[in-house]
Amino acid sequence: MKSTTFSGAARLLHWLMAVLIIAMLFIGVGMVSTVGASHNWLVPLHKSVGATLLLLVLIRLAVRATKGTPPLPADMPAPQKAVAHLSHLVLYALMIALPLVGWSMLSAGGYPIIVWGAVHLPPLLSPDRGLYASLRHLHTYLAYALFLTVIAHLSAALMHGLIFKDGVFQSMAAWRTRR
Amino acid sequence: MPGYRVQDILSRRSLVSLLAIAAVAGGASAAFAYAGGWLSPGRLQPAKIVNALEGHDGKHEGFRRAHAKGLCVVGHFDGNGQGLALSKASLFRRATTPVIGRFSLAGGVPNAGDGRVTFHSLALKFDLPQGEQWRMALNHVPVFPVATPQAFLDFQLATTPDPATGKPDPAKVQAYMAQHPETKAFADYMAKAPLPSSFANANYNSVDAFRFTNDQGQTRVVRWIFTPEAPFEELDKATLADRPRDFLFDEVAGRLAQGPLVWHLSVILPNDGDPTDDATKPWPDDRQRVEVGTLTIDRAVTEDDGPCRDVNFDPTILPAGVSPSDDPLLAARSSVYAVGYTRRTGEPAAASALATDQAFPAPAANQPAASQPAAKESAQ
Repeated sequence: MKSTTFSGAARLLHWLMAVLIIAMLFIGVGMVSTVGASHNWLVPLHKSVGATLLLLVLIRLAVRATKGTPPLPADMPAPQKAVAHLSHLVLYALMIALPLVGWSMLSAGGYPIIVWGAVHLPPLLSPDRGLYASLRHLHTYLAYALFLTVIAHLSAALMHGLIFKDGVFQSMAAWRTRR
Repeated sequence: MPGYRVQDILSRRSLVSLLAIAAVAGGASAAFAYAGGWLSPGRLQPAKIVNALEGHDGKHEGFRRAHAKGLCVVGHFDGNGQGLALSKASLFRRATTPVIGRFSLAGGVPNAGDGRVTFHSLALKFDLPQGEQWRMALNHVPVFPVATPQAFLDFQLATTPDPATGKPDPAKVQAYMAQHPETKAFADYMAKAPLPSSFANANYNSVDAFRFTNDQGQTRVVRWIFTPEAPFEELDKATLADRPRDFLFDEVAGRLAQGPLVWHLSVILPNDGDPTDDATKPWPDDRQRVEVGTLTIDRAVTEDDGPCRDVNFDPTILPAGVSPSDDPLLAARSSVYAVGYTRRTGEPAAASALATDQAFPAPAANQPAASQPAAKESAQ
């Protein structure tokens, strides 16, 4: 019988990444809008957490591919199921794209890319001024899109938990794996 | 049974839950907006400072918003090993590090004349092993006119030319100076102090203080200075206005055509009580200096053909062993330069003032055969 909850690994990755992604979005908009001393530590932190999230999303994709996902409730209308699947597709696309665009953008700007204090990431692209500017803007737009998608995801999750009470919220929020 | 229909969701039973969900989503969005500064128009954002620079000197698309006129240089640094006692930065090893850089004059006008009482500046990018870089933005004057980003913004706004007269409003300048004796002191110093006759015979100072950490984990705050081997000569301030537009850049190109230029890098150690968070305050000349190596500049190339135009000389891009001090200008320089960099790289690159200058032969690869002798001459 198929489990009604996500695997333990999937739940751990989900909540760990949730905390890091929300922190990352706040660090990002905060660091680019300040001239204060926090800029000095927020920028390296942003790069390190970004690299961590890129690793985590790759692990998460592997976990998802091997452990699968619990099905949505059978009586959920097809259009709502479609929206749910699409929103998860968008979340994954943004979780993968944002760190890659950030890494590419720093490469195009000719910046050194140092994460976790000492690890040097190789550039993904050769320096290119026009490309830098485009990727820099894209990074911002994708971050806003991710923030809105996260808010929509959170709101939908709470609707499942508080209004529909259909087990969808529990499938990710449960402490133990249930059958 | 859960109901997925709209009338179920909007039922009286769900009202409290819906309000709670709206409060969570709205609260998170408000917090995000606060973090991004959208709810605090009074926050000193980097874009405000870049806007002020554009308002001060005009917006010149494709160029740096400050130090718009410049010339690329290429060279190397030879560490003598002495610096390792102060910082584990690999630049200080007994080794040669490739360097690119840029001579520039202060101001946001890319084709301004060189005959101005202003900073002679040198920006450098050291390419270290393991992908590390050390970027510096140095000035010939050891101190800066303002101590804080807010004062920088206020200074730019107070000295922005009035469109009617083409000159800053003296009342605004006076009001600013009355609030900022440190800027007044700087202006008085610039008016009196001799101006170097060349980019080649100027000192280049770190301006801000930085934190050095050595292999033993000992940290100390330092400044540094590059002192030239070329003997100092003074520019005649009385005749500045009569000099050719690009005379300083032409002059240094002429020197480099004769041979490399060398500077000695010394780290300056403060005494207890010397300010580390205020770039307007000089450290006395008698402070201990440790010579850590020599910078050799081999050649100059225009920005159009050189390696420096698309580099953001952010002085907080530092190797392990060096980090920013508590000087509030450093974080501001980083975030303001980043905004300026994104703006100018999003605009088409325009030809630099020196692009068609006779002092700078086009690189040999692009050159027609007829002009080869000129290139050889300049390589001597």
